[in-house]
Amino acid sequence: MKGKNSAGFFALVISIIAIPFIITNDYYIGVLVFAAFNCLACIGLCLLMGYAGQISIGHGAFVAIGAYTSGILTSKLAWSPWLAMLCGVLIVIVVAFSLGIPALRLKGHYLAMATLGFASIVHIVAVAAVDLTGGPSGIVNIPRLDLFGYVLNSDTQYYYFSWSVVALAVFIAFNLVNSRVGRGLQAIHGSEDAASSLGINITSYKVQIFILSAVFSSISGSLYAYYMNYIDPGPFGVMHSVLLVTMVAVGGLHNIWGALIGAIALSLLPEFLSFLSDYLQVLGIHYQPDYDTLVYGSILLIIMLFLPEGIFDGLASTLRGSKSFYGKLAGRRTGRVQ
Amino acid sequence: MKKRILILSMAITILLAFSTPYVFAEPADYHVGCVFAVTGSASWLGEPERNTAEMIAKEINAAGGINGHKLVLHIEDTQGDNTRAVNAVKKLIKKDNVCAIIGPSRSGTSMAVLPVIAESHIPLISCAGAEVIVTPVEERKWVFKVPQKDSDAVKRIYDDMAAKGIKDIAIITGTTGFGAAGRDQLKEIAAEYKINIVADETYGPADTDMTAQLLKIKNAGAKALVNWSIVPAQSIVPQNMQQLKMTIPLYQSHGFGNIKYAEAAGEAGNGIIFPGGRLLAVDTVPEDNPQKKVLVSYKEDYEKNFHEPVSTFGGHAYDSLWILVNALKKVGDDPAKLRDEIENTHFVGTAGVFNFSPTDHCGLNKDAFEMLMVKDGKFVVLKD
Repeated sequence: MKGKNSAGFFALVISIIAIPFIITNDYYIGVLVFAAFNCLACIGLCLLMGYAGQISIGHGAFVAIGAYTSGILTSKLAWSPWLAMLCGVLIVIVVAFSLGIPALRLKGHYLAMATLGFASIVHIVAVAAVDLTGGPSGIVNIPRLDLFGYVLNSDTQYYYFSWSVVALAVFIAFNLVNSRVGRGLQAIHGSEDAASSLGINITSYKVQIFILSAVFSSISGSLYAYYMNYIDPGPFGVMHSVLLVTMVAVGGLHNIWGALIGAIALSLLPEFLSFLSDYLQVLGIHYQPDYDTLVYGSILLIIMLFLPEGIFDGLASTLRGSKSFYGKLAGRRTGRVQ
Repeated sequence: MKKRILILSMAITILLAFSTPYVFAEPADYHVGCVFAVTGSASWLGEPERNTAEMIAKEINAAGGINGHKLVLHIEDTQGDNTRAVNAVKKLIKKDNVCAIIGPSRSGTSMAVLPVIAESHIPLISCAGAEVIVTPVEERKWVFKVPQKDSDAVKRIYDDMAAKGIKDIAIITGTTGFGAAGRDQLKEIAAEYKINIVADETYGPADTDMTAQLLKIKNAGAKALVNWSIVPAQSIVPQNMQQLKMTIPLYQSHGFGNIKYAEAAGEAGNGIIFPGGRLLAVDTVPEDNPQKKVLVSYKEDYEKNFHEPVSTFGGHAYDSLWILVNALKKVGDDPAKLRDEIENTHFVGTAGVFNFSPTDHCGLNKDAFEMLMVKDGKFVVLKD
């Protein structure tokens, strides 16, 4: 990890540790736990989209596979949650491999199409395979996660655990980005032909990063299942995959920090809107929950219009107000092979 | 360093967002949480529920509150989504310090919030249909529900079929918590009535065409069809049946109990038979029925305030909130005392006459239903 990123990582760790001392209400801690799940999936997706330049509209399906594997194995077969999570990861590796091999060989938007179809299929299986997945009624009685025999009961405990996993994921992601593999991926993003001529095995790189990003999603799904103690197909529809892509795009495609900020921002936005409505109610303005969609849409529109590079890069450039600083601050962008 | 400042400032911004002023209220107020699907695909459930709850709270507070305590409702919108429902329930319990919760509107969201409820020891009165929400009762100590049981709905439908001599039937269910629970009950109870299910089809809550499923049902030779769902997609089934010139009788579940569903089905909806609460056909309920007074007063109040017809679902909010308010009157806002009080409640409501007990957290039997029929866009009681 390089200077600026390690400073950022340090700030992240400090924030993770400090926040429960400032926010003492379990409810908000719970909201941040859900934000952590989205962050985890988005970091993986950012590696794939921002660095390797491949779009996947199917990561919600990997989240679902992780969640369902954990849910089924722990509640029906009484497996240890950790073993079940590992099993979910293995299944996702196999699935991502068999999906990625044919789709990633093709150029253009075939991966997006294949993953979109895949997300749909997984959702249908979750709904229709009643004996296995419980169908629309879902799976109840999923146990909590334990850490060395110590069950993570409170929201704060789960908060620390899930955000530690996020911090670990950020650490892994940055090390990957700044390694030979990362530079190879950036080269592929710039120009596949050029990268290929330099001796980079394009398909192999793409498949590897696709699998890694799927694994991140799978773990996020398992953690979700252990936190909710209940899963059903509802949250794992195609729209969840689209939401993950939106989070990464809103935050900033080309930077891990961007994905993190996008995931946090869009996870907290509904809470913010609910605050807004409380506040307006106090002022005597009748705010309908239906307006949420309008506000949500406008915010996305404004970000995409005025900060097309995402919140992270956009804010960085706005704060500095100068192109020369922008180049420096956006950090790794300058080093990217164009 | 600059990046660090940036991240810290982001963190501060987020923290500031959390520190918006709370709505301060007198400590003596009774805080009650409501979790309804006000928007989303189940808005025909959640909206009348919210309207009803607000109307009752206004009425109670205008009359001086509950033993002098003001009733404060904290209404959350789940949009029919599980994660939102869990978040909403946590928020109500941990931030708003509510003494009890009514809702969620849907079976799936009700199931999703059960672990939180079981842990936090706050009574919940669900407005959703599926029986699994309150069974097994040992595991659902803090959970009650006010809608009629789905097994009773199935029995009423099968009773009607048996009277008409129908043996071979098809079922088509929505892939939601409510639909899946209904599907299980339909299959389980069929044997008891010697009914043979010749086709078992499903559809998603967002589907717009069920022709393929209906063709299979037609070819299977079913003599009647049961369509079991809670979302607007259920109204497409009668329309598709009309297009396919299927004339077999169509039965719906008690999830059909909002006149908007019948309106959405249009002309094709004529003749649909379903078990419903008496609220939907108040005019035809005899004067000596114990529910008559409640039904008439709720219907008049609701329709005067909101200028739309009452629905079963608004009635669920009426029942659950009044059961809770009666308990609050007796024992105050201690959650554990409230739970014990609700468990011994006898209450005449819109859905039926409730008799809760430690072994029954639903409290209704199959007499709570009346077989209703759609006639010219209205619900009327089916005459034998």
